[in-house]
Amino acid sequence: MATLWVGSRKGLFRFDEGPAGWQVAGPPAFLAAPVTQVLDDPRDGTLYIALAHGHFGCKLHRSLDRGATWEELKPPAFAPSEAPDAPTVEMLWCLAAGGRDQPGVIYAGTLPGALFRSEDRGETWVINQPLWDRPERARWFGAGYDHEGIHSILVDPRDSRHLVLGVSIGGVWITRDGGATWDLGGRGFEADYVPEGQETDLVQQDPHLMVMSPSDPDRVWCQHHCGIYVSDDGGWSFRESKDVKPSSFGFAVAVHPRDPDRAWFAPARKDEYRIPVDGRLVMTETRDAGRSFHIHDAGLPEGPAWDLIYRHALVVDATGDRLAMGSTTGSLWLSGDGGARWDHVSAHLPPIAALAFAP
Amino acid sequence: MAKVRFTSHLVRHRPLPAAEATGATVAEVLAAVFAGDDLLRGYVLDDQGRVRKHVNVYLDGALIADRLRLSDPVTPGSEIYILQALSGG
Repeated sequence: MATLWVGSRKGLFRFDEGPAGWQVAGPPAFLAAPVTQVLDDPRDGTLYIALAHGHFGCKLHRSLDRGATWEELKPPAFAPSEAPDAPTVEMLWCLAAGGRDQPGVIYAGTLPGALFRSEDRGETWVINQPLWDRPERARWFGAGYDHEGIHSILVDPRDSRHLVLGVSIGGVWITRDGGATWDLGGRGFEADYVPEGQETDLVQQDPHLMVMSPSDPDRVWCQHHCGIYVSDDGGWSFRESKDVKPSSFGFAVAVHPRDPDRAWFAPARKDEYRIPVDGRLVMTETRDAGRSFHIHDAGLPEGPAWDLIYRHALVVDATGDRLAMGSTTGSLWLSGDGGARWDHVSAHLPPIAALAFAP
Repeated sequence: MAKVRFTSHLVRHRPLPAAEATGATVAEVLAAVFAGDDLLRGYVLDDQGRVRKHVNVYLDGALIADRLRLSDPVTPGSEIYILQALSGG
């Protein structure tokens, strides 16, 4: 039985696929708490949920029994400092499992933009100081939030010491030595929101989301603020997919588990609008590494729609056939055939921030 | 001993501790109250020990003056009341 976790503005929902299709499985966990991220660890089945309480800060919860019971863990935190602007973690934006050879290792990307690592399944956390100390960080800046943040943490399945991070806004950061040293990737990106002459500044790039092909980890896909980009060298350099219809703006991207040339996107009218182009919600798919794109709309709304798909709300499962897409207006769609046709599973959920298929 | 009361909204998230503690400042009283429950501390204070932006702390009926260091002086009969602000929910 397939299971989908839906992280929403008002709690965590579980949907199961049964004979009658996808159905919600009981009341939500963490009712009324905004869920910002869900990690269903494929190595050991542990579930991790990041919350962002409006009043009480961001929290981390873990389940060792597939969501039947939860325990609260101390979340990543910045060290106390006397500085007047000393940071505090505002959001756990990204949770990622370490490599197969690193049982219990979990990463968290936060706002403000820091990378934290746990070696004990989330019980204790250590900030990656080399990245935090990079002088370029002074030029990172927020996009949609008060501070910049780390939303993409890609772990190379061939080498767990090789990580690729996406920072909005702060570019692509790559380590080959488990986080001891970091370098900037993202050559080929072009930002149109900076002063003339700085368009290719690697630090001021806004990769909205990046995903790494499990079957060819040198292939990294990026939905950038200014377009769709694809890398063949693990994120060091990218080429842009030009003239993508209806739009190359968006937040989300998902890559097929076995076909590195195949990826899905949720286009929107850029940038000050952030709604479906012409009020028509579609999704796009490329099967040739970004050279051409198909538009899918079967099962998606025919009339005006105002759904926006957030960066962590378009996912594909391990089969490559099941896709899920959740929107800011609380709609959830599932596809069982790689996006060719979509079922509208719910129109009445809270705004959806993050989706995760059970592995 | 200063009395400490919490908003009932916190009960949904953490068991609330003993309601009395000693200390010369709000920070000292709350440190005593939070001893043994770091998680509860994190609901009221941020990573730096400041009052969270959308939490209000009242001392004897008035909002505390020092939300950064919680240095407001406390007397043995004081009452500290921790509430979520109406903003930020």
